[in-house]
Amino acid sequence: METTMDTDKTLSKTLLEFQELKVHFPIHAGVFLRRVGEVKAVDGVSFALREGETLGLVGESGCGKTTTGKAIIRLVEPTGGKILFDSEKMGKVDLCPMTRSELRPIRSEIQMIFQDPYSSLNPRWSVGDIVAEPLKVHEPGMGHKEREERVAWLLEKVGLTGEQAHRYPHEFSGGQRQRVGIARALATRPRLVIADEPVSALDVSIQAQVINLMQDLQEEFGLTYLFIAHDLSVVEHISHRIAVMYLGNLMEIGPAEVLYRNPIHPYTKALISAVPLPDPRKTRPDRIQLQGEPPSPLNKPSGCAFRTRCPYAEPSCAEERPPLLDAGSDHQVACPIMMRE
Amino acid sequence: MDMDDQRPLLEVRDLRTYFQVEGQTAKAVDGVSFDIRENEVFGLVGESGSGKSVTSLSILRLIPNPPGEIVGGSIHFRGTNLLDLSWDEMRKIRGNRISMIFQEPMTALNPVFTIGFQLVETIRLHTGCGKEEAREKAAEMLSLVGIPDARKRLDDYPHQFSGGMRQRAMIAMALSLQPNLLIADEPTTALDVTIQAQILDLMVGLQKETDGASMLLITHDLAVVAETCQRVAVMYGGKIQEISPVIPLFEEPLHPYTKGLLLSLPHPDRERRKRLPTIPGIVPSILHMPPGCKFAERCPDRWERCDREEPELREIQPGRFCRCHLHDEEGA
Repeated sequence: METTMDTDKTLSKTLLEFQELKVHFPIHAGVFLRRVGEVKAVDGVSFALREGETLGLVGESGCGKTTTGKAIIRLVEPTGGKILFDSEKMGKVDLCPMTRSELRPIRSEIQMIFQDPYSSLNPRWSVGDIVAEPLKVHEPGMGHKEREERVAWLLEKVGLTGEQAHRYPHEFSGGQRQRVGIARALATRPRLVIADEPVSALDVSIQAQVINLMQDLQEEFGLTYLFIAHDLSVVEHISHRIAVMYLGNLMEIGPAEVLYRNPIHPYTKALISAVPLPDPRKTRPDRIQLQGEPPSPLNKPSGCAFRTRCPYAEPSCAEERPPLLDAGSDHQVACPIMMRE
Repeated sequence: MDMDDQRPLLEVRDLRTYFQVEGQTAKAVDGVSFDIRENEVFGLVGESGSGKSVTSLSILRLIPNPPGEIVGGSIHFRGTNLLDLSWDEMRKIRGNRISMIFQEPMTALNPVFTIGFQLVETIRLHTGCGKEEAREKAAEMLSLVGIPDARKRLDDYPHQFSGGMRQRAMIAMALSLQPNLLIADEPTTALDVTIQAQILDLMVGLQKETDGASMLLITHDLAVVAETCQRVAVMYGGKIQEISPVIPLFEEPLHPYTKGLLLSLPHPDRERRKRLPTIPGIVPSILHMPPGCKFAERCPDRWERCDREEPELREIQPGRFCRCHLHDEEGA
């Protein structure tokens, strides 16, 4: 029954690697829609996903976590940097310079699960059609009968029944729709699944069901998850490693246990201490109250993006963007001040 | 006022709010009873469709009719049954005595008026004070809820505020009238965690400072309840399943549903990546509620009597109420 699999993921190979990924969105204004600036949604982010792991990507709204995930399958256009993917079909490739049609064969290896199970499924299609769609695109040679069997098999894998293939999304609850979304993502036998807030729209009693399902499927199919979420308790539970973003930059990355228990970056510390605990006796005297709110990504502070709210900021923080420094035990932190101590 | 100090601020008794949906009756709130004491933060938790928001809208008599209607029960606020009041009398209670904060602050603020205008209007409408005085009060309230440069920000429009600031402005508006009861429906659900922490601390801090004010906090988030509430009611299927002071509720939940909910939460003290205990099945449709216990089909402790007969909400220990046959004299 137990599916703990905390095997040493540090030894497994890299499946996908971001190298200085940048995604900037231009802002147009005025009568002639002149370009007046840009939002640096992702501003030079580097980290790697290891095969078979769950990497939790956390941060508050506007930090660029969703944009990072979307850049992989080109739902947004990268401005710079590399996304190296170890493809089964094409070997190691950089996804950034590829066109969408060049990407298509690889897209069967990378799939996405979305947050909102209500808007991510076409209401006019039966659940069977929804799950079969990626198969039609990526395995056009597959016969009708075989495809039907595969759909039924997939639905059973996610805890639904083959008979439910003929039903429509509105006949399903939120949790069941998310299961349909997962079945669709698994249809092409992907190796990497980008899950963008997959449980945050679900009720508490259903969240745990979907989290367990995702873990079971990971074990069975050897999936790698990029698990994007704002709920740190969920991320802490499901992830092998956690990466923390703030205003388009990576602040800290490390094993979930290490990062959650001994965060080093002042932003990670504040983020973790802000998470309410389901324990009325814990009063959190140690809560770090961040002053103010994140600055607009339109005018990011120079140097460290967090320095305007950081209780430990020094004049030097304004000079340059702090590099990721090694803190030992597979843990990296972009804060020279905390690393000095 | 000639008031008995022992009497609760709000007494909800056997409240029933039904909706007519496609020719059927949806019993969204079906016999809900609870008290909110003076100076208390009372939590109402439940999942979607449990009836928690309909309960709060019923207290303010904001149920859209049709399709909804309060068909029974009473809501006594300081001795007056709100359900007996005329629309005009109710308007005087709303805002003045009972204020509400909604989940989505953008939809609750009018986008074409400045924050200051909306605050000043609210204050003037309810207190009848002059324009200057009201503006003074508005600036004071904004800075009280932690908005820097409050006097200047009065001239901003809602879209110039971030989500957290809008929610602060809503809290300022709700509190500017010094209500006796503040109803907050998922006040931090749309906000980031660090902002959520700021807003919760702010609300609880203000509640403590304001003498005699009570708060009804409606949420799906048990962790938020643990951090802010003194007593909690857990709702499921339009009914209250358990009422308890917050510490025993988390340490020794009485109802199998409460137990299941608490166990299914990811918790940093729990072993990572271990399977989470789950509540099997899904919330039953409000149109097809089982005749017996509403939770029976998902309950690990179900027995034959649960399908037949709905349990009563009974006091099991002093101050602790539970709707479950397990706690009957005969036992399960």
